[in-house]
Amino acid sequence: MAVATPALAGTDTTDNQTPKNYLNASRGLLSWFFTLDHKRIGVMYLIAILSSFFLGGVFALLLRTELLTPAQTIMDADTYNKMFTLHGAVMIFLFIIPGIPATLGNFVLPLMLGAKDVALPRLNLASFWLWMIGAVFAVSSIVVGAVDTGWTFYTPYSTTTGTAVISMTLGAFILGFSSIFTGLNFIVTIHKMRPEGMTWFRMPLFLWGIYSTAIIQVLATPVLGITLLLLVAERTLGVGIFDPALGGDPVLYQHFFWFYSHPAVYIMILPAMAIMSELMSVFSGKHIFGYRFIAWSSVAIALLSFLVWGHHMFTSGQAGITNMIFSALTFSVAIPSAVKVFNWVATMYKGSIRLATPMLYALSFLFLFSIGGLTGLFLGALSTDVHLHDTYFVVAHFHYVMFGGTVIAFLGGLHYWWPKMFGRMYSERWGSIAALLVFVGFNLTFFSQFVMGSQGMPRRYFNYVDRFTSYHQISTIGSYVLGLGFFVIAGYLLHSLVRGDRAPANPWGGATLEWETSSPPPPHNFDCEFRAGDPYDLDDLRYDPEIKGHVRRDPESIRLHPKGAQQ
Amino acid sequence: MVEHTEPGVHVASVKLLVIVWIALMVGTWLTVSATYVDLGALNIWIGLAIATAKAILVALYYMHLRWDKPFNAFVFLASFLFLAIFVGIAMMDTTHYQDAVIPGFSPGMGS
Amino acid sequence: MTGHAHAQDPNVAHHFENADQQYQSAKLGMWVFLATEILFFGGLFCAYAVYRANHPEIFVFGHHFLDKSLGALNTVILICSSFTIAWAVRAAQLKQIRLLKVLLALTLACAAGFLSVKYVEYSHKWKHGLLWASRYSPEAHHGEQRDHAEETGAESAASGETTESSPEAVQEGLERSKIAPAASGPAGLAVADERPGEEIVAEPKNAQVYFSIYFLLTGLHGIHVLGGMGAMAWLLSLARRGAFDTGHFTKVDMVALYWHLVDLIWIYLFLLLYLID
Repeated sequence: MAVATPALAGTDTTDNQTPKNYLNASRGLLSWFFTLDHKRIGVMYLIAILSSFFLGGVFALLLRTELLTPAQTIMDADTYNKMFTLHGAVMIFLFIIPGIPATLGNFVLPLMLGAKDVALPRLNLASFWLWMIGAVFAVSSIVVGAVDTGWTFYTPYSTTTGTAVISMTLGAFILGFSSIFTGLNFIVTIHKMRPEGMTWFRMPLFLWGIYSTAIIQVLATPVLGITLLLLVAERTLGVGIFDPALGGDPVLYQHFFWFYSHPAVYIMILPAMAIMSELMSVFSGKHIFGYRFIAWSSVAIALLSFLVWGHHMFTSGQAGITNMIFSALTFSVAIPSAVKVFNWVATMYKGSIRLATPMLYALSFLFLFSIGGLTGLFLGALSTDVHLHDTYFVVAHFHYVMFGGTVIAFLGGLHYWWPKMFGRMYSERWGSIAALLVFVGFNLTFFSQFVMGSQGMPRRYFNYVDRFTSYHQISTIGSYVLGLGFFVIAGYLLHSLVRGDRAPANPWGGATLEWETSSPPPPHNFDCEFRAGDPYDLDDLRYDPEIKGHVRRDPESIRLHPKGAQQ
Repeated sequence: MVEHTEPGVHVASVKLLVIVWIALMVGTWLTVSATYVDLGALNIWIGLAIATAKAILVALYYMHLRWDKPFNAFVFLASFLFLAIFVGIAMMDTTHYQDAVIPGFSPGMGS
Repeated sequence: MTGHAHAQDPNVAHHFENADQQYQSAKLGMWVFLATEILFFGGLFCAYAVYRANHPEIFVFGHHFLDKSLGALNTVILICSSFTIAWAVRAAQLKQIRLLKVLLALTLACAAGFLSVKYVEYSHKWKHGLLWASRYSPEAHHGEQRDHAEETGAESAASGETTESSPEAVQEGLERSKIAPAASGPAGLAVADERPGEEIVAEPKNAQVYFSIYFLLTGLHGIHVLGGMGAMAWLLSLARRGAFDTGHFTKVDMVALYWHLVDLIWIYLFLLLYLID
């Protein structure tokens, strides 16, 4: 046994087999639904969000199946409109916006700070319940006739169509407040609950990313809130702010909508980049390269993201001068993202790379996000956007960044922190197989969309001309491969919960504080306080084959005197 | 006398609260009176200046920013900065495309 | 930094080191929330700014139907309520519980007063048909309302009424108000028309936009006043149960911050909606 290491928090046992941890500390559904424990809230969010991903994925597979043939395949045009609207709305509002912050952020943030919980645990639970209520409204709209406006709800169609716009927008409104409260909580927690020694520039980069995301969540989401409220008011009362028939301005709606929805895409990608910094360092066995550059670039992305929303409106009737300003600013926001990519690659250089499953996803991210980001430049340039707007080129671009970026990084983070969250290791072999399926399936699905988009295939179209058929068919087959990959992931992850090897405290050799407690952690997280060191000083760790995990050479160096002792 | 609660939090004096209240009343009277004097385009800016002065008084003294950690004030001011970006660009864009709009045409209003 | 061997202060939650960390966290949290409220209302102020910049005549016309004195009265009421609640925070800090209860009740009364004045204003507008776009029909009685093409629901989508392509065709096809645009403005309406020295303007096109914005801004503000009243009632019940006897005043402080913001927003609403000239 590893006698040299002090007893880790949470290793006392209730019986011979299972240590007492946050999962088994109390039983019953109510103890979960009314919990204040950030870890349990994170796990509930995880279940909810993965379910949403499944639902959104089902809509995607249905609409891709419809597009197998140029004419009607399995559904009529109105149903098709509903399919892509629901796919977009569910994926964006229910899955990807809450996504990483609500699940991995909630679980890991206090642990990385050596803290017992987030600053405002009741607000955290309220966030979760708001998500559930918003989800009920959104999903109920599917049942009462669905929505066919596209997830962007452009007026005047959204104010006049007969579909269930109100319940969907009310759902998104409530989900927005869930997002705001999560962001608020994270900002307060990071400001007020860092341990001794953890100055801003000794924080793990995952927290810089989550913090920058929280800034956007807090500043941008309220504008979405008022926009959706106005939409509901238009439909129910006929208020007429965006309705040209009543003297309103539909382009103003787009300004309102995109002022949130552009920063929203950075809510999606910043946490993914945050995960990347952790994975790149740990699985290259090296200190992160360019810590300050990566930290500042997160903040820069958050701030610059508010200045470019008009690039979604180049062909909507926006004035020429506005188009030019937004195009120029759009090019600037690419720079901090590129800074991060260079620093990650530099981190890998001369590192000792371990191709564990999290790293496979991190490497996929590097490749896929770079493609997605670079194709954004074509859309940011006015002369090319005029031709590419509302084509499949746009669809491919945002799937490369949102899926190839965020979802891939989410999978990487999930696989990285899975042992910590559930105390089990999954099968590396199946992990690698699934990662390959996902990578291949993804590229098959979306690369062909770049090509057909540049050749003029419009998006949101139910029918298409015959020369695009092969592209669509390749894309649909790719989507099936992608779906298969996700089934495999679900399979081995669920299997690991019952049959996986028990995880050590630090299976990967990370130097951040979440690895200083047992896997899974006890309800109160830690038994001592910390004086934080460098979160990327990996030399302090060594591998102990007896526990199949990593241990610190000098554990006392970061521990403050534990409970009971005086200084 | 400067009072503090146990953890060292500043307590506002009644005198200060009353002085600010009087200043806010005076400001209100000023804003209303200013509307009876026609200064053309300047009117709105004078009104905004007085309103902002009142807001600053409320924020600094009633909302305690004067004695709080400066970051709280920074958060509050930051929201105005982003609001200004939003309103500024929206106003700029809408004014520039007005010539593409049929003036006063609203089929739903019968005009 | 002390270890955890000491007994935790019962007023301090287990995940905080000490009372100060808890208090500062609550404060920062509330200021971040206020920042979100600025942006939430900000959208409506943006709509105001956009329409006023492009159609100032609508605002010059519309504001005549608002009573400046009632607006000023409401401003005074809210300023007084800010005063009373700021004092209430002081009372809670100094454990002056009876004074705290009196001040909270006064603030509640001011809020109720504000809403009563708003009720008077709203009912006046209702009576004269001065409502938001689809219900805008400036008549002496609100019984006759114009039919509007933009009713919500499946019927409108199915009937396909958006086939008009020119203003003239539309005017013929739709039922319109019986009032002709008068040089002296709609008759029998707000008191403002009789004030000496004021120029009466003819109703500009799309005058209804002003009222849409008016109701959206004051309506959303009113909902926030209601929310504040709920929070204050909660504080009063807590005070009655002795929750503030130990000098733990954070909750009062937080509600007061929210209430001051409600006051701040009204200061700008009053200026922008009522005091246009």
